Amino acid sequence: MNRTDIAVVGFAQAPQVAETTGTTNGVEMLVPIITEVLETTGLPRREVGFWCSGSSDYLAGRAFSFVSAVDAIGAVPPIVESHVEADAAWAFYEAWVKIRTGQARTAAVYGFGKSSAGDLRRVLALQLDPYTVAPLWPDAVSVAALQARAGLDAGLWSEKDMAEVAARSRADAIANPYAQLGDQVDAATLLDQPYVAEPLRAHDCPPVTDGAAVVVLAAASAAEDLCEHPAWITGLEHRIDSPVLGARELHRSPSTAAAAAAACGDIGTDGVQVAELHAPFSSQELLLRREVGLPDSARVNPSGGPLCGNPMFAAGLTRIGEAASRVMDGSADRVLAHATNGPALQQNLVCVMEGRD
Amino acid sequence: MATPLAPDTPLSAPLDVGFDYTRSLGPVLGRFMTALRERRIEGVRGSDGRVHVPPVEFDPVTSEALSEPVGVADEGTVVSWSWMPDPIAGQPLQHPFGWALVRLDGADTALLHAVDAGSPDRMRTGMRVRARWVDEPVGSIRDIACFEPAGPGAEPRGPAAPPPAGTEPVTMLTTPVHLAYRHSASVQESRYLRALAEGRFIGQRCPACGKVYVPPRGACPADGVPTEEEVELPDRGIVTTFCIVNVPFLGQRITPPYVAAYVLLDGADIAFLHLVLGCAADEVRMGMRVEAAWKPRERWTTSLENVDHFRPTGEPDAPFESYREHL
Amino acid sequence: MAGAGTSGAGQLAAVLGTGQTHHVSRRTDVSMAGLCREAIDRALADAGVGMADIDAVVLGKAPDLFEGVMMPELMLADAIGATGKPLLRVHTAGSVGGSTGVVAASLVQAGVHRRVLAVAFEKQSESNAMWALSIVPPFSMPVGAGAGGYFAPHVRSYIRRSGAPEHIGAMVAVKDRRNGARNPYAHLHQPDITVESVRASAVLWDPIRYDETCPSSDGACAVVIGDEAAGDAAQRPAWIHATAMRTEPTTFAGRDQVNPAAGRAAAAALWAQAGITDPLAEIDVAEIYVPFSWFEPMWLENLGFAAEGEGWRLVEAGETAIGGRLPVNPSGGVLSSNPIGASGLLRFAESAMQVMGRAGDHQVEGARTALGHAYGGGSQFYSMWVVGADKP
Ligand SMILES: [Zn+2]
Repeated sequence: MNRTDIAVVGFAQAPQVAETTGTTNGVEMLVPIITEVLETTGLPRREVGFWCSGSSDYLAGRAFSFVSAVDAIGAVPPIVESHVEADAAWAFYEAWVKIRTGQARTAAVYGFGKSSAGDLRRVLALQLDPYTVAPLWPDAVSVAALQARAGLDAGLWSEKDMAEVAARSRADAIANPYAQLGDQVDAATLLDQPYVAEPLRAHDCPPVTDGAAVVVLAAASAAEDLCEHPAWITGLEHRIDSPVLGARELHRSPSTAAAAAAACGDIGTDGVQVAELHAPFSSQELLLRREVGLPDSARVNPSGGPLCGNPMFAAGLTRIGEAASRVMDGSADRVLAHATNGPALQQNLVCVMEGRD
Repeated sequence: MATPLAPDTPLSAPLDVGFDYTRSLGPVLGRFMTALRERRIEGVRGSDGRVHVPPVEFDPVTSEALSEPVGVADEGTVVSWSWMPDPIAGQPLQHPFGWALVRLDGADTALLHAVDAGSPDRMRTGMRVRARWVDEPVGSIRDIACFEPAGPGAEPRGPAAPPPAGTEPVTMLTTPVHLAYRHSASVQESRYLRALAEGRFIGQRCPACGKVYVPPRGACPADGVPTEEEVELPDRGIVTTFCIVNVPFLGQRITPPYVAAYVLLDGADIAFLHLVLGCAADEVRMGMRVEAAWKPRERWTTSLENVDHFRPTGEPDAPFESYREHL
Repeated sequence: MAGAGTSGAGQLAAVLGTGQTHHVSRRTDVSMAGLCREAIDRALADAGVGMADIDAVVLGKAPDLFEGVMMPELMLADAIGATGKPLLRVHTAGSVGGSTGVVAASLVQAGVHRRVLAVAFEKQSESNAMWALSIVPPFSMPVGAGAGGYFAPHVRSYIRRSGAPEHIGAMVAVKDRRNGARNPYAHLHQPDITVESVRASAVLWDPIRYDETCPSSDGACAVVIGDEAAGDAAQRPAWIHATAMRTEPTTFAGRDQVNPAAGRAAAAALWAQAGITDPLAEIDVAEIYVPFSWFEPMWLENLGFAAEGEGWRLVEAGETAIGGRLPVNPSGGVLSSNPIGASGLLRFAESAMQVMGRAGDHQVEGARTALGHAYGGGSQFYSMWVVGADKP
């Protein structure tokens, strides 16, 4: 072992719900899950070497909305801390880097978002080019629909394939106590439903979700004290594509493919048993499976995935936590997690984790 | 303002965040907007020779700065589309319409805009569309009102409107961004706010460090644990420190000059900001004893604004050492 | 990495080049992309590298509400050369520029990348920062008055606690503005400013006067950080000797808002990592985040350059002017240019420029070890680094 060996040793998440009565600073969602993950790992609060979070001011409607979230940590005496304005999967990346420098042995990473506070479809339009695109207020669902259409036109998937993704996700989510949606429904029934943004139907789109998640990472020197079966990170990479929607091949995701290739290393995706993909739209799961190059044998989103609960700015970190949990509970040896930011999967991160027994 | 709800439900209220942003465009986008004002569409040639419409300032492959303008048609082909049955605020059309990525003739990349097709049945990939211009273009992507079906069977276009009078190049764009949110108070803060509606101050004591917080927060910031034990506090205390606001600014709700002071209620361990009146601004002192001047009872709501201001009590000032640790 | 030098902070990293825009109230000649790119192109040229040599980009800026774009790094990806590469967006309030530098450095120190571009910007003229910082949430008392209104009471506390004479704030303003007049990129050029003219300026947030306040600027800054091999190959790089970040809550019972514990903790960690035991003797020049003039003496104490309550004496004795024992903000500092999100990275870049000998007319003679400092929020977020002409 050397100091580049780092593992996920703990994960906790808040219930994914349509609307919490809590504040946009997430404190009510964060206090219980931070307490839970520190108790599970046995890591004393004041010994966490680095804290890092991901959240968005525009989700909360206020400048510096992440500042009050620090209340949930109990940051007295002062802590080593940072924040990304992105899904907390990128905070996870920053924490992994920090541990690799040797400046910290452990890190707690959290993400939170109260999407219900505003009109999410409109808010996300502000991620588009502010000069030539955002003034038209294209909503997030419509932009995803353009991407779904591009894949349909290219013959990469069908509306039936999309419905099957949704049906499988919702059936799997029944066993996930944190999921917002979860039921038994067959694809044919879903295909009878009207479009919300053709070619997307309601089941192809994520629910609006309030939620939060926290993950604890540790260097080799600490990991096995905190967790019986740490999920060792064997690859963690992220890339971004051009923001120009009309210049991208929307049915492709070069950034995902590049991140996955780099994260998976020479053996590729061989042996990946579980993949948690941050695909808020059913078509995006189909796209991501191809770009990651997942084997058919891999179980995709056994948690139900973002189609059954999409806590903005925590959903990507939740994928990492869910995938890591499959290693920590001993049910898988090699897992892959994916996270995304931006319109139509613009920015993508891939994390590969393995057990070591 | 606040929603009436069951006694233990956290309070919430609307929070509107709006600003008309003023965006400077730079040469490439400025040229594009200037052309739009003249009902022309101009792209830019990329490092690899591709023509980008809308223009991009920097090449997506080489990141090289781009500058060569290329005029393109205002007609083109749909390369992907979706259907918006229920348009939302700010979108180009307020009746059902199609979103489309349109590759204009002469361009290699596609422009996102609305297509006024009437029905999704008329939309398809590969369909021909043409720009419908607004009557009074100003130099904005919205000078294109939307696209409309073109090609065989399309209605003939009316005569071209005369070019507008503007001659100065377009350099700026005003973008209104107005969003509506619902702001919620925490459970603890809501109890405090409901007490304020009854003319009382309540704080909460942290079970870990014993400090009394007013207003109470979702968690003790020093310990990260929720606070529960309620503590009734008087409506009087001291000014720990303060400033005199003389500067007017956008959105300001109190006319300057005014004294913004940290008020530490007796029995509390944390001060909050409020207004001090009742004496000349230059008579306000650190350590000065103050009490709440409540608004008339009929104007009380669940807000700290029920206290119109704090005013001097005339008692002797608190010694510096007594509040030193609150600075 | 056999043979690679390491320290307690990981592998060695060095600043290879820096760049910044001319900072002005309204850069109406460029878009946000153009603004960032101006700084980036200068940094790449200074480092002698091209965009293709950059492995990853870290972008920092303050609240998205300032420009009305959610996560603007997404739409800027092509312009900042990030497309196809890793891009991280940091946001730690006003300290974000410094955090951007620290995170970029850590990517190299962790052995993840060889060359990383850090870029930070703010285009305040797209909106109005005072508005964005004073949005009153429901149920609260609308007494807030922007950053000045927030910090002025704590400045009053400092004056009371330290017994500093009133002219100290004016002295800092005069020094920084005169320094700024030597810096071609500075927003304000006021070579003729005097203590008398500062004291005659309007009191905006008593005790803070107009001339003791930072301007509102559009601007960007970029820094190229390389690994040990890149540093060895560079002409006089600035080696990164230490970095530190610390955070505490905005308010808590018993919080010291004048000399915050988080700043003291960050400084202690920084000096320890850099092997510095007497900062006043060992640091040759400091770029400290001073948006209101009184924060210079406050931070001198917080950073350990002076004992508590004594920082103003260094100012009064002229020790923080160029030629003094510890020149502070020879660039003119935040008091001369304040593109908020970039202001911290400017402090980091200027500290590097000093030890690289590239600070032009505001160069401090013989500077070999320098401090870059930033803070944000309610004096609760801190990021700092120490750079040196010598390899650690
Ligand atoms: Zn406590």
